[in-house]
Amino acid sequence: MNWSWSYFFEYLTNGLMVEGAWTTIWLSVVSMVLGLGLGVIAAMMKMYGNRALRWIAEFYIWLFRGTPILIQLVIIYTGLPQLGIRLNVIESAILGLALNEGAYLAEIIRAGIMSVDKGQNDAARSVGMTWRERMWLVILPQATRTIIPPLGNQFNGMLKTTSLASVISMEELMRNAQMLAQIEFRVLEVYLVAALWYLLLVSIWSAIQVRIEAHYEKPFGPAAAVSPEAEKELAKAIEKAGPA
Amino acid sequence: MTTQDLTPPTDARPGDKTLGEPIVVIDGVQKYFGAHHVLKDVSLTVRRGEVVVICGRSGSGKSTLLRCVDQLETIDGGTIHAAGHLMGFREKNGKRIPLGDAQVARQQRDLGMVFQNFNLFPHISVIDNITLAPVRILKRNKAEARAEARTLLKRVGLPDKENAYPRQLSGGQQQRVAIARALAMQPKVMLFDEPTSALDPEMISEVLDVMVDLSRQGMTMIVVTHEMGFARAAADRVLLMHEGHIVEEAAPETFFNHPESEHTKLFLSKILAH
Repeated sequence: MNWSWSYFFEYLTNGLMVEGAWTTIWLSVVSMVLGLGLGVIAAMMKMYGNRALRWIAEFYIWLFRGTPILIQLVIIYTGLPQLGIRLNVIESAILGLALNEGAYLAEIIRAGIMSVDKGQNDAARSVGMTWRERMWLVILPQATRTIIPPLGNQFNGMLKTTSLASVISMEELMRNAQMLAQIEFRVLEVYLVAALWYLLLVSIWSAIQVRIEAHYEKPFGPAAAVSPEAEKELAKAIEKAGPA
Repeated sequence: MTTQDLTPPTDARPGDKTLGEPIVVIDGVQKYFGAHHVLKDVSLTVRRGEVVVICGRSGSGKSTLLRCVDQLETIDGGTIHAAGHLMGFREKNGKRIPLGDAQVARQQRDLGMVFQNFNLFPHISVIDNITLAPVRILKRNKAEARAEARTLLKRVGLPDKENAYPRQLSGGQQQRVAIARALAMQPKVMLFDEPTSALDPEMISEVLDVMVDLSRQGMTMIVVTHEMGFARAAADRVLLMHEGHIVEEAAPETFFNHPESEHTKLFLSKILAH
């Protein structure tokens, strides 16, 4: 057997791996935030746009959900320069990941908006809200509750999908692991450490996600379903009604 | 609009209260849902301070009429003037041009609407439900808006519920918050779309009490309801709609005791039978 604990522990705290993990985190966050913006815009265009806007949104979603992210990244970084569009590694990685994510999020956001009761729109209109005000103050905050759980899953996926940016030499966790592997050929040790880093990041995110979900569930939570007062009132009413 | 529309109904209760100028004028309104003709040339004038109750079977067009007044539905013919606005349109060289989203929203602020299913905003607290539009839409001072909201909550009998979420309230309590939310915009007319139909029987009176109170304070109200007790107590006029027409229009006394239309007689016999 050719397993080395000393290399394993060395890689655990290796500066290159820590840097890579940090890059993975910010690359994921930035791509997710931009993807969310793109997703909201695409969802709005698809739901409320005229025919041209709808068509553009549908084409975008179809294109980026229908092709591998790996090909998208390679085309953006190594293909676009042929058309005179030159993006550096970081720009390419963020653009590719955000465009890909936005296409998936658009459908999640659309479903979230559709889950909001129609009466909410009536109520918002009856107090004189414009379309934007209704969206921003009433519909989207409620859609968020439905959107958050799948959104969390998407971010979980994003943390790992960033590893594909290694093929365009983005120096994140995977790429840095590859570089270390090529120096000392301790392949199993270094990739296991990389895998552990991803597990750690995903686990931390899961803990955060639980809190975010709880926050948005608060107004709707099961504890809030029936208040003590409402329960008392109900008991009173039953008493008043007398024996059936 | 003919001058006849402007004269108060002959059987209005004299001395009860003095009604102001016409504040809602519905004139020849047509509404279709696809091929279904829901409102057939409906005309109705409501004066400032007047309480009009509209009843009728489901599908008679009464809720649709109310929703048309508040521009939640667009009309296919006729005109609706409410609170000084030509609802949904502006006039230019004698032509009517549909208004954009923002202008319609501006008109809607002057009308308050209460829905059958309350439609409170479930993601925010009771007091935020009431202050959301005044603060975010009218840009009112937040502290002032909250103080006013507390006054409104007292008025609807819920002074201790400001921090509750809608889900924590009973149906009757939710509907009273919904009334407070509408009043916070200081509407000139209040529209009630079957406000007690979704409530358990024991909660109906708490909502009707608030509505009667509101009518006594001189609010102009159009109320779609089957609560005949409310009609007797608070209405100046009661209307019956049938298949998209107003078929009876009279003071409560006449409406209940000497109805002219066969539809009204049939309706009353069914609703008062039990």
